[in-house]
Amino acid sequence: MQVEVKNLTHIYSEGTPYESVALTDVSFEIGEGEFVGIIGHTGSGKSTLIQHLNGLLKPKSGKILVDGVDITGKDVKMSDIRRKIGLVFQYPEYQLFEETVRKDVAFGPLNLGLAQEEAEKRAEEAIRLVGLDYEEIADRSPFELSGGQKRRVAIAGVLAMQPELLILDEPTAGLDPKAHADVLDMIVRIHETSKNSIILVSHNMGDIARLSDKVLVMDRGRLILTGTPSEVFRQAELLESLGLALPPPAQMMRDLRAAGVPVSADILTIEEAEEELYRLLTAAKTDN
Amino acid sequence: MIRDITLGQYYPGNSWIHQLDARVKIIWTFVYIISLFLIQDFWGYLIILATLGLIVGVSKVPPSFMLRGLKPIFLIIVFTFTINMFMTKGTPLIEIGFLTITREGFRNALFMGTRLVLLIIGSSLLTLVTKPINLTDGIEKLLSPGQKIGIPAHELAMMMTIALRFIPTLLEETDKIMKAQMARGADFESGNIMKRAKSLIPLLVPLFISAFRIAQDLAMAMEARCYRGGSHRTRMNGIKLKKKDAVALAFTAIYLFAVILQGQGIYKMLL
Repeated sequence: MQVEVKNLTHIYSEGTPYESVALTDVSFEIGEGEFVGIIGHTGSGKSTLIQHLNGLLKPKSGKILVDGVDITGKDVKMSDIRRKIGLVFQYPEYQLFEETVRKDVAFGPLNLGLAQEEAEKRAEEAIRLVGLDYEEIADRSPFELSGGQKRRVAIAGVLAMQPELLILDEPTAGLDPKAHADVLDMIVRIHETSKNSIILVSHNMGDIARLSDKVLVMDRGRLILTGTPSEVFRQAELLESLGLALPPPAQMMRDLRAAGVPVSADILTIEEAEEELYRLLTAAKTDN
Repeated sequence: MIRDITLGQYYPGNSWIHQLDARVKIIWTFVYIISLFLIQDFWGYLIILATLGLIVGVSKVPPSFMLRGLKPIFLIIVFTFTINMFMTKGTPLIEIGFLTITREGFRNALFMGTRLVLLIIGSSLLTLVTKPINLTDGIEKLLSPGQKIGIPAHELAMMMTIALRFIPTLLEETDKIMKAQMARGADFESGNIMKRAKSLIPLLVPLFISAFRIAQDLAMAMEARCYRGGSHRTRMNGIKLKKKDAVALAFTAIYLFAVILQGQGIYKMLL
């Protein structure tokens, strides 16, 4: 699916003393199967932006075209949008409510109008997809699960709707390093299996750098920068002025360059850093 | 400030009325409500209206805010009015079908209706000119003598304060949960009463659980800072009565006196 956002502007509480402009003239595209990362300081408008994409918020002005159809128009059915675009909020485990895990995950598909049997089949697929043991967990109450398990169940609840575009708002918030890595691996796995588009909102620059095809940088309601991870993270000064950091490997390379060591400016991941340093050290050896 | 206007009731201001001690305002409201039941005829309403008008004027609260309080009980007012109008026995004025409006009925309906309206307007004034925090402080101070006979004044006040403080938080939580469920296709708007009630479950269950979670965290945080209940706790902002409070109390006493006299028909005798 193709998503085009054109000149999106959103104002909260317009006309009251609490009026605030959340988004100003934001435009970008999401191509078929793209993995898009969105980064930005708290309050930059990331959450507001993604809530427009699945129709929870309507803009003051601007358009959002999903496969050519403007979803900000008047006659659009919400269920049609949510069928195609799934949104996982921050701390999604707080939305669990059903008696069993199976029923909770089936909630979404049932709302889309699927028959009970089909909904449960999808629930099973989704629960397996997030790496949980279906037989063990399906009939348990969501409230007796651990935090990490609850989060996976909540994500499964959205996956069961099989969205063509999956938006995740800081899916690793509050998770320990292992759970963090597991959740990201799961997202990559989902991306590769279902070939859907993914939007990942995150404060973790390393994840964004490693996984994104394209990065959007938000600041105070505006889209400041768009580009590939290399293009975006090369702009170290700009990112710094926006209160954003570089992925740690890139930051280390930057510090080395500042100290006069001739390393490449194109390093984003640990693996690339390792190779670059190896190259540097072996070159030094052969020179000697 | 947003927290103050949370219940949609506090009207920010710095008038003489706003500055009065909360206890004085609570006592006034009490006296005012009692006064509504002491007067016997419409002349009494004149005293009450004049006094209320004076207070509202000094408080600089726009009259439209005062009338807001009537909206929720509009139906009750109409109901009271109608019942009194048609059910009172006496000299008939108008006959509509099998329903009769008597002169006494009309007079009673007007009297009771006015009493109800003045009751609501006058008591909503209390929350309009008093910040919720000051209100609970005032209630605690007024109730604290009752602790000798077992009234848990401090605990009651603390409960009210915490409840008020968490209204915005819980509203936010509701919003988040609602959006999360809507993102999963939940529909809170369409369908008949039954369907809509059912659709609230995905909203209410997580909300309750969140509320309990927040409460537990808060309790632990309070305990970690040595909170053990009200005994021997000191205050950061002491509330002391000032000269204007004495003036207001004197005014209240005079008002009550005037109304009692009116109820006894003294004025009629003098005129």
